[in-house]
This record gives sequence, structure tokens and C-alpha cells, in this order.
Amino acid sequence: MFVDDTISAVATALGEGAIGIIRLSGPRSCEIADRIFKAASGKRLEKYPPNTLVYGHIVDGNGVIVDETLVVFMRSPHSYTAENVVEIQAHGGIQSLKKILSLTYEAGARPAEPGEFTKRAFLNGRIDLAQAEAVMDIIKARSEVSLKLALRQQQGQLSKEIGLLRRRLLDIIVNLEAVIDYPEEDIEEVTFLNVKNTIYDVQSEISLLLNNAHTGKIMREGMKTVIIGRPNVGKSSLLNSLLREERAIVSEIPGTTRDVIEEQLLIDGIPLVLTDTAGIRDTDDYVEKIGVAKTKKILEEAELAVVVLDGAESLHDEDRDILEAVREKPYVIIVNKSDLTQAIDLAALKADFGAENIMQLSAMTSEGVDDFIAWLKKYVYGAGGQLEEGIYVQNARHEYLLKQASSALSDALAAAGNHVPYDCIIIDLRNAVEAIGFITGDTVSDEIINEIFARFCVGK
Amino acid sequence: MISGKYDVIVVGAGHAGVEAALASARLGGKTLMATLSLDNIALMPCNPSVGGPAKGHLVREIDALGGQMGLSADEACIQMRMLNTGKGYAVHALRAQADKPYYHTIMKEIVEHEENLDVKQLMIDKLLVSHGEVVGVEAETGEVFEAKCVILATGTYLRGKIVYGEVNYESGPNGLRSATRLSASLQEHGVELMRFKTGTPARVDARSLDYSKMEPQYGDEVTRNFSFISKIDTREQLPCWLTYTNEHTHQIIRDNLGKSGMFTGLVEGVGPRYCTSIESKIVRFADKERHQLFLEPEGLRTNEVYVQGMSSSLPADVQVAFMQTIPGMENCKMMRAGYAIDYDCLNPLQLQASLEHKHISGLFSAGQSNGTSGYEEAAAQGLMAGINAMQKIKGNEPFVLGRSDAYIGVLIDDLVTKGTNEPYRMMTSRAEYRLLLRQDNADLRLTEKGRQLGLVDDYRYSQFTAKRDLLERMLYQMGHMNIAPTEEVQKKLAALNTVPLRSGISMLELLRRSELDYAKLAKAFDLPELSSVVAEQLEIHAKYEGYIAKQRQEVERALKLENKLIPPDIDYHEIKELSLESIEKLDKVRPNSIGQASRISGVSPADVNVLMIFLDAASRREKTK
Repeated sequence: MFVDDTISAVATALGEGAIGIIRLSGPRSCEIADRIFKAASGKRLEKYPPNTLVYGHIVDGNGVIVDETLVVFMRSPHSYTAENVVEIQAHGGIQSLKKILSLTYEAGARPAEPGEFTKRAFLNGRIDLAQAEAVMDIIKARSEVSLKLALRQQQGQLSKEIGLLRRRLLDIIVNLEAVIDYPEEDIEEVTFLNVKNTIYDVQSEISLLLNNAHTGKIMREGMKTVIIGRPNVGKSSLLNSLLREERAIVSEIPGTTRDVIEEQLLIDGIPLVLTDTAGIRDTDDYVEKIGVAKTKKILEEAELAVVVLDGAESLHDEDRDILEAVREKPYVIIVNKSDLTQAIDLAALKADFGAENIMQLSAMTSEGVDDFIAWLKKYVYGAGGQLEEGIYVQNARHEYLLKQASSALSDALAAAGNHVPYDCIIIDLRNAVEAIGFITGDTVSDEIINEIFARFCVGK
Repeated sequence: MISGKYDVIVVGAGHAGVEAALASARLGGKTLMATLSLDNIALMPCNPSVGGPAKGHLVREIDALGGQMGLSADEACIQMRMLNTGKGYAVHALRAQADKPYYHTIMKEIVEHEENLDVKQLMIDKLLVSHGEVVGVEAETGEVFEAKCVILATGTYLRGKIVYGEVNYESGPNGLRSATRLSASLQEHGVELMRFKTGTPARVDARSLDYSKMEPQYGDEVTRNFSFISKIDTREQLPCWLTYTNEHTHQIIRDNLGKSGMFTGLVEGVGPRYCTSIESKIVRFADKERHQLFLEPEGLRTNEVYVQGMSSSLPADVQVAFMQTIPGMENCKMMRAGYAIDYDCLNPLQLQASLEHKHISGLFSAGQSNGTSGYEEAAAQGLMAGINAMQKIKGNEPFVLGRSDAYIGVLIDDLVTKGTNEPYRMMTSRAEYRLLLRQDNADLRLTEKGRQLGLVDDYRYSQFTAKRDLLERMLYQMGHMNIAPTEEVQKKLAALNTVPLRSGISMLELLRRSELDYAKLAKAFDLPELSSVVAEQLEIHAKYEGYIAKQRQEVERALKLENKLIPPDIDYHEIKELSLESIEKLDKVRPNSIGQASRISGVSPADVNVLMIFLDAASRREKTK
């Protein structure tokens, strides 16, 4: 039965980092660790005071040393899951981690399901729902900024802010209910105007959170970006030039099809997910002219289109096709080759697409590349060009619930505008409060827990 | 000495007792109703009114199921008002001022003429239980009455103690006898008791009041009734009178606080927050410059006037002194002093949703003895206890109303799931599906159920089906009656001060417009003339459709949790992830479903999730077996 289980899993990402951590959680975790761990001192782990780092070796059933490790025991409830927890810090290689993990299974642990440690932490009352979700965001965090946002949320900032909004709506509901249930009492009735103003205020704050949610999502998941332009305008030079930036970090993720390759690129803390980089790099495979259909396909999922034009030439038909295709999207237009004599009609372009979205640079000399980076930061962070203090909703479920609350409040406002009576308006207000409550787990629903924990990765 | 054998014995003849006894007798049970005083059947020991928000809803539900309160209140009514008319149909609330002595007389006559029902003046001292089953009661005379079921409807009489100032004595309300020995007998059988407190204000002589200094509050001009089958279409009405306390009043009360039973320690019980004594109001809301009070006549043939809002346990002379500072009451003569009363009641957490005790088979409890307050709350429980005692005797499943069926369902679910630590009062805000549980549709929600139980007689049922069928026919017809934007139609709409049509719509859709009602449309479009009751149903149907649909969706979502049943033999101590507090609460309430578990206070959402995961794992284990 699940209550007696001890679970175990690798708590760090496989294959990364100098050390890897294997975590055991459950009533038998210390006993299991003692079966496979031999401390250098010869003492059993359970004889040490909790929270002591103990040096020793993991040995297999034949007494053969598998790895050199540090092991720590945390006694319930002073651990992440509030259960007895043992963490084994090993040397990180995939093979040795796998071996140690299988030894824990042999000694009586059960493989943890995805998100099970955090689930236990939540069920044992260690963390609230919003915090539990933030943990997942920390694990998935792709950038430092994202990590910071997730940490803020885990520390309860989001819960606190949400709690305040909930309180304000509840106050209004309570007042309306009091007047309904005690019609002849001398209760100062909240005015209709006051009700409307509060709804409006709360909705504005939710909108603010939702706007920040856009930034939060980019920080967490990266901004899907395409660099698009006809052949030879300098797309790969631009990419290389960006990569020369000291702060750029790149990793390659093979896509599902050969010609869609994603690359993650972190520019000054902003995570970009560049799609179709093959189209830029593999010139051998990419000889055919880029057609309208192909352009549309590339743009389909993009959150930002970076259009590259050749400033040394006037616009080709193909350039015009691309420009028309990006009109519907957020875009920025790079007029490349600013080091050469300019032939392009910049004035006409600015008139058509807005001067603020057009910049000249030279991918060859890197002149103007900083301007592009500054533009990106403004685009992501807003006018300040940097991350503001505040709460950034990073989680898709939170965003959805905030939208639901906002929509219920819109209904309430519309109803108030049409002089619909209190008994109906209160239904909308209660729905909004309920949606908000779901974020911090103040309301119970059947599906919520399953949904959240299915999305957690193994370990913390 | 066996003095009688019954199916059901009801202990008490207040509002819960009367409904319980009538329901049991009408369902064919040989019934005994025992009361301390035959002269006080259906006594209204506090305010002379019936109904109001949520309470009026309860009265209509009692009526729709075939209960008595609505019919008697209509008959004894000396002023009827529909409250909350500006706040939406769901919270419209009917409230009657009742002629107290007449209400008692009507009820006495009805119970005395009910077949199958014996009414006796008896002091019940003992509950008789054998092997965990109720077998009867024993009176102070030594008479023993046997029964299959016993319904406690003991109101505030169990070890009742009256307090005002230094005066305190064992007593039921209004100087009636206190039941001093039954509590101990109940406790011997393992019944858990609590001590609650309530209070009532003074009564003053109408001839000593100067109404010219007060604001009158008249009844509505339209004649309305609680009961769906009342035929009363005109009645004599008396006004109530509004006046206010002032700083002088408050000063006298403050100067004498030390003498109040509330503060001397003589009152032990937990009192309600919502109808608190005037001395508590002045202490808790020190900033408030004045408190309002209503002077309400107690009947047509008495000069007693109820001073609503001035409940107090101060000494009698202080009560007179502070009342005489109030405009219009300068020369008032007090006829009865206000007092506080302490009494024993059952912790309702030990009851099932049928109102039967969890551990003593055949023992039911209803009304103030379950920790509630109010005549209507009592009557509703009495009716349900009477029904369920007979369901048990007949071997039928308990009759339980859900939270989306009726206020009665909300009331009982709250009591047996959340318990209460003060006298529980029904409020519309306790009902999460308020828009569905309107007072206007109580018959549509419940009369069919009442018929199936056997409480709804042929007359009521034929009235009901006629109304329901007409409503359904009209809804269908109006939904299919298309009106096109012809010149003639637009002209009619202009005459009704409403915007012209852009395209064809149904008559029902047109009725949705807030400026239109059925009467206006009937006149303009030659629709059949309907009773105001049916016309109102059509209007609500048209105008509230969107919100009603929203609530139905909520009900369906909630039903998913209600339908997740918890096995009755579950051992909560086995689930180690639950907090200790939750284990204790869950074990006490022993909820039937996850839905009910989620409403127990002190059981956190996380604990409910643990429970769901546990049940899920258990059912998976079952399947793999």
C-alpha cells in the first residue's frame, strides 16, 4: 500500500553535472540506505545524527564498490517530503547512477512516479499547491531569470498576491450576502458603484498578472523565434554573430523531422528557441528558393519572426512575400549589411512597417547587434528593458485560472451594467473566487491533483 | 406498567414536534406527541413572525412536501411582506407577522383532530434503550410508552435555565417547566450534549407606546400566502413600528453591564452571533451611534408588543429604564421582561442525514435540540424526522434531500457534516445553489417527492399538477411562438417602450427583456390570461435562463464528488498521510461521500486529496485481485 512505500529516484537530471543525487523517501529509507552504503567509519548511517554528511561507498551484493559517495539522512518531518529522506551524492555518471538506483530497488525501494516527491511534500502539508507547481518550474527553468521567478513563486509571493485579490472579492460578496440575509437590519449597503469599482480593480490586477504571464512563459519555455529571409541575405551570419556574444549559450535539440531543428539560445538571460535553424545552416540541403507556402509553415508556431533583408540590394519579390507573411505576427526587421553601400528604400520600409521594428546592422562586423539585443529585452521585459520587481505567473494552469476568473468578473461587470440583480451577480463573483482559489488549492476538485502531478518530472 | 404502544413517540410539541408528529401520523404511524403543557402547543416563545430570507424558503419547502407550518402561518397572519424584492428572485423572501395565540390555537386544533395521533401532557424523564435500539420512553408519572422510534424535539427545555440580572431559575421559556431529568438519561445512553444559550426581548403594553414618534411599516397590498394551496385572498393587517436607540440608552446599558447575565457568568451557554443581546451589541459595536428596533404586535386580541432587537438579560428595572429613553417608548410599561435561556442540545454531528442517531437505532432528533435556532429550521427538521422515522419503520431507504434539492437539504447537511458551535440559523448565503432553490419553485422541486412519500394529498397534488402542466405548456408554446419584425410588431414594441426587433425571435426570448413582463406581452400580443404565479414562473424562466444554466453546471460538477462514495467500514486511522485533526473529524462525521468529506471543517483540501488517492488505490487493489 502506498502509505508504507519508500520511493527512490535520481533527483538530478541524468547525464548532467559533476555529481548526481539519488533520493529515497519513506519510512524505510534509512534502512535501505544502510543495506547498500558502507560508511568509511564503519558505523551504520542510522547511528549518525540526522543531517550529517557521511562519507563512504556504495557496494553491491557481492561487496564490490560501485561508487564513492556522500550520504545524508534527514529525519521526518525535517525533509523536503516531510518523510524520512536519504540523499546519496554520487559521481554523476549515468551508468553508476543507474547501478545505485537499481541497488535501492533490490533493497526494497520502489521507483518514484513522476513528481512523486513533490506530491508527497504537498500531501504532507509541507508546501501549498502554488509552491508545488513552482518546484516543477524550477526544475524546468531554462534561464536564470526564470529560476528567480520560480523561486519567488515558491516563496509564496503568488499565493500571497492571489490571496489578497480573493479577499477583496470575498469582502464584496460578504457585504452583499449580509444585505440579502438581513434586509431589515441597519447594515450599510455597499453601493452598486462600489461593487463595480472593486470588480474592475481586481480584474485590472488580474490583467496585470496575465500580462506578466507572457514574460513568465518566455522565461520558462523560451520564445519560439524564427530567422527568416531569402537565401544569402545573411541569416547564418546573424546567427553566428549572436553566438559570438559572450553571454550566448547554445544547445541543439533534434526535432521530430529532419528539416526542423530547434536550437536553444540564451541571449543576455533571454531564452530563445530558434526553429528551422537547418534552413539557415544546411545550405546544401536548402538550395531551393523559399516559397510562400514554406514561409507560412515556418511562421506557424513562431512567437517572434526575425526578418532579415539585404540592405545592399533593393527588395526582391521574395522579400515582399516574406514581409507580407509576417504582418500578422510579432516581428522585427533586420536590414543587414550596413557596412556596404545601401540600396534599399529604408524610408518606404519604415513607413510601411514602423520605424521602431526596423534596425540596421552588420552581421559581419557586429556593428548594431547590441541594438538588436536591446530591442529583444524591451520586447520581452517591457519598456524598462529589464525584469521588473513583481510577480510573474509562469504556470500555464495559473494563467488559465486567472483567465477564468477574469472572464467571470467580466460577466459580473456586464450583469451589473444590465442591472441584473445581486442574486445573479454573486454567482459570477463566487465563480471568480473559486477559480482564484484553485491556484492556491483553496478549493477541491477531482481532476486538479492528477493533472498537476502528471506534469512533474522525476525528483524535485 | 405499559401505558401505550406506538410506532413513533415525539417528545415535545413545538414547531419541530408538531411537524414530526403530523408527518408520522399522516404516513400511517400510530403516534404519540408528549408535551409539558397542552396550552403551549406550537408556542412562539420569541418573535411573533414566521419566514424572512431563507426561513421563508424553508416554510415553502415544508408546505410543498405536505407539512403544516405554511398553512397555519397564512391563517394566523396579521401582516405579510415580500422582502428583498429588489435583489433578485432567488432571494425574494416572504415574512408574516403572526397572531401568536391564534397560531397556537390553530395548531392545537389540527393535532388534536389528526387521526393516528395521541396528544398527551407528560414530562418525559427517560429514554428507554435496549441493545442499541430505542424501545420507548418513561414519564415522571412512571408511565412507560413503547415505540419503535422516538423523536426528540425538546427545544430549549432540557435543563433549561432562565437568567435576567441576578434572577435565575430552572425553567423552560415563559416560565414553563424545565425538563431536568431527560438530559441525564440521554447521556447514560451515550448521547453527547452541548450547552447553548438564546434570549428574547421584553414585551410592552401597546397602550403605553406613542406611535407618532415612530415610522410605520405596513404589510404589502398584494395578498400573498406561504402555502401553495392557501385560499386566503384578503386579510386584516397591522403595522409594525420602527424606532432607534440613542446615546442615553447606551449609557444606561453600559452603566449596568455588570448586572447582565451575559457578563455575570450566570449564562453558561454559547449564544448566537446574529441575534445577540442589546448589551452585547453595545459592547461589540461601540462605535455605532444607534441601533434600530421594531415594535411588533403579538396578536389581534392582545396588547403585548414584542420589542425586536432589544433581547437582554439585564435586570427588569434596567430594561424598563433603557427602553424609556427610546423615542415613542418614554412611558412604556413592560409586561414581560426579556431574558436569556440556557439549555442542553445534542451535538448534531452524532446524527445521520436522516436525523437518526448514528449509534442508537430508532432515536431521531429535530429542531433546537439539534443546535438550531428559529421556528422554521425546527419545523423543517421535525418534518424530515417524522418522515424518516416512518421510512425506517416501513423498511424504506431514508428520505434525504441534497444541497441542490432544497434549503432543507442544506440545513441538515450542514448540521450533520459541519456541526455547529452556536445556535444555527438558516441563511440564503449558506445555499450555494441559491438560484435553483427559490421560494417560488419549492412546489416544482418537492411536491412530487412529497407525493411519492405519501404526504401530499389528492387536493394538493391536483393543484400542483395543474400548475405544472400549464407552466410546461406555456413554456413550450412561448418558446415556439415566433414573432417577426413586421411593421405591426414593431409598432407594438414601441408602445411597450422597448427597442424594435432586428430579426425574428420567440415570445420567450422577447420576455427576457428586463423592461417587459408577461402581463404587458399578454395584452399586446393577445396571449392567454394567466395567474400571477404562473406568469412569474415564465418570467423567471426567461430572464434567469443563463444563470440557471450556470448553476446547473455547478451542480453537475459537484455531483461528481457527491457520487464518489466512501465505504462505511473505512478505517481512517489506517491512512497515515491524514492529519490527526482530519482523522478525528472524519471518524466523527463518517461522511458518505468525498463531497460530504470536503465540507467538514478542519479537513483540508490536501486531506481530501489524500482520501481520494487512498480510495483510488483501494479500488485498484480490488480490481487486480
